[in-house]
Amino acid sequence: MWRNTILSSSSKLVAVSGSAATSCRRLAVATPRLASSQQEKSKSTENESFMANIFRGSLVANQVFPYPDVLTTDQKELTNSLVDPFERFFAEVNDAARNDANSKLDDTTAEALWELGAFGIQVPSDYGGLGLNNTQYGRLCTIVGANDLGLGITIGAHQSIGFKGILLYGTPEQKQKYLPKVSTEKVYAAFALTEPSSGSDAGSIRCRAVKSADQKHYVLNGSKIWISNGGIAEIMTVFAQTEQVDPKTGEKRDKVTAFIVERSFGGVTNGPPEKKMGIKSSNTAEVYFEDVKIPIENVLGKEGDGFKVAMNILNNGRFGMGATLSGTMKKCIELATAHANNRVQFGHKLKTYGSIQEKLAQMSILQYATESMAFTISQNMDAGSKDYHLEAAISKIYASECAWYVCDEAIQILGGMGYMVDTGLERVLRDLRIFRIFEGTNDILRLFIALTGIQYAGSHLKELQRAFKNPAANLGLIFKEASKRAASTVGLGGTDLSGHVVDELQPYAKKTAHCIDLFGQSVEELLLRYNKNIVHEQYLLTRLANAAIDIYSMVVTQSRSSRAVKLNLPTAQHEIDLTKALTIQASERVIKNLQAATSRSSKALNDKMSEIALNILEKDGVNTTGVLDQN
Amino acid sequence: MARVLVGVKRVIDYAVKVRVKPDKTGVVTQGVKHSMNPFDEIAVEEAVKLKEKKLATEVIAVSVGPTQSQEVIRTALAMGADRGVHVEIPAAEYELLQPIHVSKILAKLALDEKADLVILGKQAIDDDANQTAQMTAAVLDWPQGTFCNKIEKTDAGLTITREIDGGLETIKTKTPAVLSADLRLNTPRYATLPNIMKAKKKPLKKVTAKDLGVDTSPRIEVVSVEDPPVRQAGATVADVDALVAKLKEGGHI
Repeated sequence: MWRNTILSSSSKLVAVSGSAATSCRRLAVATPRLASSQQEKSKSTENESFMANIFRGSLVANQVFPYPDVLTTDQKELTNSLVDPFERFFAEVNDAARNDANSKLDDTTAEALWELGAFGIQVPSDYGGLGLNNTQYGRLCTIVGANDLGLGITIGAHQSIGFKGILLYGTPEQKQKYLPKVSTEKVYAAFALTEPSSGSDAGSIRCRAVKSADQKHYVLNGSKIWISNGGIAEIMTVFAQTEQVDPKTGEKRDKVTAFIVERSFGGVTNGPPEKKMGIKSSNTAEVYFEDVKIPIENVLGKEGDGFKVAMNILNNGRFGMGATLSGTMKKCIELATAHANNRVQFGHKLKTYGSIQEKLAQMSILQYATESMAFTISQNMDAGSKDYHLEAAISKIYASECAWYVCDEAIQILGGMGYMVDTGLERVLRDLRIFRIFEGTNDILRLFIALTGIQYAGSHLKELQRAFKNPAANLGLIFKEASKRAASTVGLGGTDLSGHVVDELQPYAKKTAHCIDLFGQSVEELLLRYNKNIVHEQYLLTRLANAAIDIYSMVVTQSRSSRAVKLNLPTAQHEIDLTKALTIQASERVIKNLQAATSRSSKALNDKMSEIALNILEKDGVNTTGVLDQN
Repeated sequence: MARVLVGVKRVIDYAVKVRVKPDKTGVVTQGVKHSMNPFDEIAVEEAVKLKEKKLATEVIAVSVGPTQSQEVIRTALAMGADRGVHVEIPAAEYELLQPIHVSKILAKLALDEKADLVILGKQAIDDDANQTAQMTAAVLDWPQGTFCNKIEKTDAGLTITREIDGGLETIKTKTPAVLSADLRLNTPRYATLPNIMKAKKKPLKKVTAKDLGVDTSPRIEVVSVEDPPVRQAGATVADVDALVAKLKEGGHI
């Protein structure tokens, strides 16, 4: 229901903001590999991602079952001790409404935020940061999300992407030089990827850095747009094309390289702060580079590896959005329940009305799933997993769309009051809108999810085909596959989640297992039907991605509520109820989406939609005759 | 230059709705958010301010209670206290621990640590006893300045402005002394995250009441803990006369 609303608008979004950048190029990269998957062979057996594996119809459950629990008791205590001062900062110092009205963070607030330590949360303590892991950072993000998303962008653009590259790829010298500055010395950082002609298609950037004759520095020219913190950052992670020579062929090719650029290098300027719909207190600006001399030691990662660096920074930071927005949703739900508990209309409190109850329940279900996803991923990352990219993309999409829905419904419950500025929800709604656009638009991320998964499944299929060429040597593999397939085609269901969830959820785990079986079959069917041309079937890919998202939401909530039961938490029964309701809704949607992705009849509809779109495009807008117009 | 001892108690957070246990032996504490008693925060803030003004050399935060009490000592350390002392009392025993026990413990520690000033919150928001500072002063036979609104150092000792019914009272006292912090003494700072990290490295000593030679055997027995009576539903009366009649009937006027 909530997703259909969004899907039906199906607008083509453009990547916005400094944090914008996406995986489109990655998608393109994925294409040829569908055919030549030789190098994927070894990888295909190691991928621990739950989601990647269901694309090939197999269950690798260790990242989701049991619900991860990676923090030590000490780490949990420490995290809890940080919660209080963080909340007090928002209650006593910060004023989100004022920040929004002024379109900036005032100096006192920014100062207090630096003192609080909020700018270097994940920087190791040796460099002056707090040294927290992803899960601990996520917990703090929920507080930011509940209070001020604009401020969240300022600190997120700084550490989640601005200098994250230095943390992930920096040399010891780069870390020593820059991390103390950005953690404690009040030096802002920014991430500069997006350009006027390069939004979602991040590989097409035009900024160019040319190596000097003496090989000691690069000279950077070009401009970036919508850079969060672009007007205030002293240190930026900048991506530019550089000429690279292929060591084998000697061929010269442009490849993206990442650089650490200081404003003090000279030649770095910026435009005025952009006027935006929301997240107003965060600074967004164009940044210009004119003959900026970058010392060679400021190359971040390997030369020519910039695209990978950019994608990994974004992948690494994505989980934070899920955590942040779960906090936002929690706050919206609090406001809505407070209103429903007190407001009397037609002689009864709003809470007694079914239509209000349904809204609140739905909001709570989505919040639970969003939070469950975010902390599954953060804990997988903290446990050392490298296979979280699909899940991170799913959680970004899910969180941004659910948060929009929840805030919108909170406003609806509050009625006219919700529409008033002083209630604070309209600001949240404006702030939320960007989350479906930046750091990879949800549209592009859906394609990323579907294609990355398909690529993985495809590589597995190739492996199987090779096995058939020499059946004698590969009997084990073939038999295993044959029995799996036999089980799923006879309808017995190859997937079994029963060992992973508590008794009360067994029928629900069965529904989910059925969805997973259908999902694997659908992917296989699509691959056989379209082969590598599946890349161009965006209607189908989007539906496949939607099914994947719903499956992940079922799995993480079943896992988390099972944990609640095992730990005998006082909220266990409620969490089970949320999970049951979600599973019913999500499993129905999965079946619908998979039908829509594979059935011939839905193809007719998709073709019709394309036809309509092309017609509108041709006419530059609506192409109908007004009811009152003369023919 | 003085050494200041500050008492910090771990209590159920002020924002939590307190619930009585079904067996009526006490209130539910498990899974409930706890934090430092707000008046103790004010006491810590005052002690740290004294240190910042170079009027104190060292601030020692003391908490008496079960293992979890160390959390509030850590908070005090993060706010600026130099070291902590945790007087561990087993959870079961702690339920019957009274101001008389705590004041004896604090008095002994004040002497052991050679404190010149003991600053406590005027009362804890859980049992609202408002006795510990007074009793501690009595045990030590030191002067006391309770319900402090302002504390100023003078050559002779301290000038203290106290909150009393209907106004303020100014008194002078010599040190060593025991003070209790009232609400308006200051606005406590919140611990910043880097300071919380640093606080983990500050020394925290653990002792038992027995080590200090204080007998903590219970002096009271809890008979029953009850919820406050639920407010009765109101009724609407037709006019003022009916209201007056009702009030008379109920014996209110």
